[in-house]
Amino acid sequence: MAVQEYVSPTSLAEAQAAIAGAGSSCLAGGTDLLVGIRLGARNPSRVVNLKQIPELTAIEIDAAKVRIGAAASAFDVLHNSDVPSLFPGLAEALNLIGSTQITGRCSAGGNLCNASPAADSIPALIANGAQCRILGSDGERTLAVEDFVVGPNQNALAPGELLVELILPRPAAGTSDAYLRLTPRTEMDIAVAGAGVSITVDDSGECTAARVAIGAVAPTALLVAAAGEALVGSKLEQSARDAAVAAVRVAAKPISDKRGTAEYRTHVVGVLVSRAIANAQARIQEARP
Amino acid sequence: MNKPLNKMAVQATINGEDTVFLCSPGQVLAEVLRDELELIGTKIGCNTGDCGACSVMVNDRLVCSCLVLAAEVEGQCVQTIEGIAEGGKLHPVQQKLLEHGGLQCGICTPGVVVAAKALLEHNPDPTEEQARYWLAGNLCRCTGYDKIIRAVLDAAKTLREEAA
Repeated sequence: MAVQEYVSPTSLAEAQAAIAGAGSSCLAGGTDLLVGIRLGARNPSRVVNLKQIPELTAIEIDAAKVRIGAAASAFDVLHNSDVPSLFPGLAEALNLIGSTQITGRCSAGGNLCNASPAADSIPALIANGAQCRILGSDGERTLAVEDFVVGPNQNALAPGELLVELILPRPAAGTSDAYLRLTPRTEMDIAVAGAGVSITVDDSGECTAARVAIGAVAPTALLVAAAGEALVGSKLEQSARDAAVAAVRVAAKPISDKRGTAEYRTHVVGVLVSRAIANAQARIQEARP
Repeated sequence: MNKPLNKMAVQATINGEDTVFLCSPGQVLAEVLRDELELIGTKIGCNTGDCGACSVMVNDRLVCSCLVLAAEVEGQCVQTIEGIAEGGKLHPVQQKLLEHGGLQCGICTPGVVVAAKALLEHNPDPTEEQARYWLAGNLCRCTGYDKIIRAVLDAAKTLREEAA
């Protein structure tokens, strides 16, 4: 490795100064960056550790929002007293990232910035309407997660910008989420297809809000608005689920590779969406008195 | 590749001892443990976080030491395989791996011991499925895993009996 400098800022202002120059890479969990350096795909001269900055590792929950620091580890999110029960689907997605050792280090913010088309946490974040809080030299901006990834391994951060935290609206009553993926092995593998779903159901069983996101079937994870619209106003009966499945199959634009053909991925992503809807619906029913 | 000359001094607690070591800014913990601190029980297999042979604990968190920069452990507590037996007394996970024949070539074993001990501290009574998922990041090409899992579940039983 030809890293010339390692710095560990303790405030956002210090971090901004540290990442301002060319050749800086941010280090959260390091599970992508250090592999990239090892394989020669990344060649930063300066590595900026983000984990000593309180805002970047904090997990904060108030009446309206849940804030997950961009460098908070998946382990910390999974062992937070509230996040897994508020967002069981997001927890499912984070728990699927690599081994126990990887989950101990990797972060939702890092998974997002790395911007793999097959990243597990991204469809779950999109389904939950997560927003990215971004700090740049000219101030702050927010961007929806579905707009943050602009291509395979490409994100929307301008040079000098830092992803500070992910902000999720606290789920309304009668809301739950689910994430499912298909991999050839049950563990330590990369998604052939993934599906994140968040739905809200009122006391009569009618779906009043729905967001459906798919992963590993296009250059970026996609929010499929038509799939959500197919569910809203229904009682999540078979015909409504079939319409959502049809919508995601239209939206999917997968490649064929060693993990599966485009045709197979298009089929499977529909199956996953249908099952994720059923899982989220079951969670809502379980939570009802 | 030119070696950077700008070495950093890092202070950490390693296996309970206050330690200071020098490292390059891009050097990973696994390399420093082995080459600087002569703690060669930690093995380097894939060097990309896939095989788990370099598993260590950093502040009670199970990690691959090939995916941690040595500079990151400033002020933190690191536990390696060398810190697990108490003098000549093996930890139950080590003892049961011996009794069940849960190792052959031994390259994965230090990582398996560290990861299995972490599992049993986190969950003293894991099911076989839970143990297999927790240890999925520790690859073994010799045993076929079955004897490792039996040893870990047996060690869990021993530890529960000791605690009772």
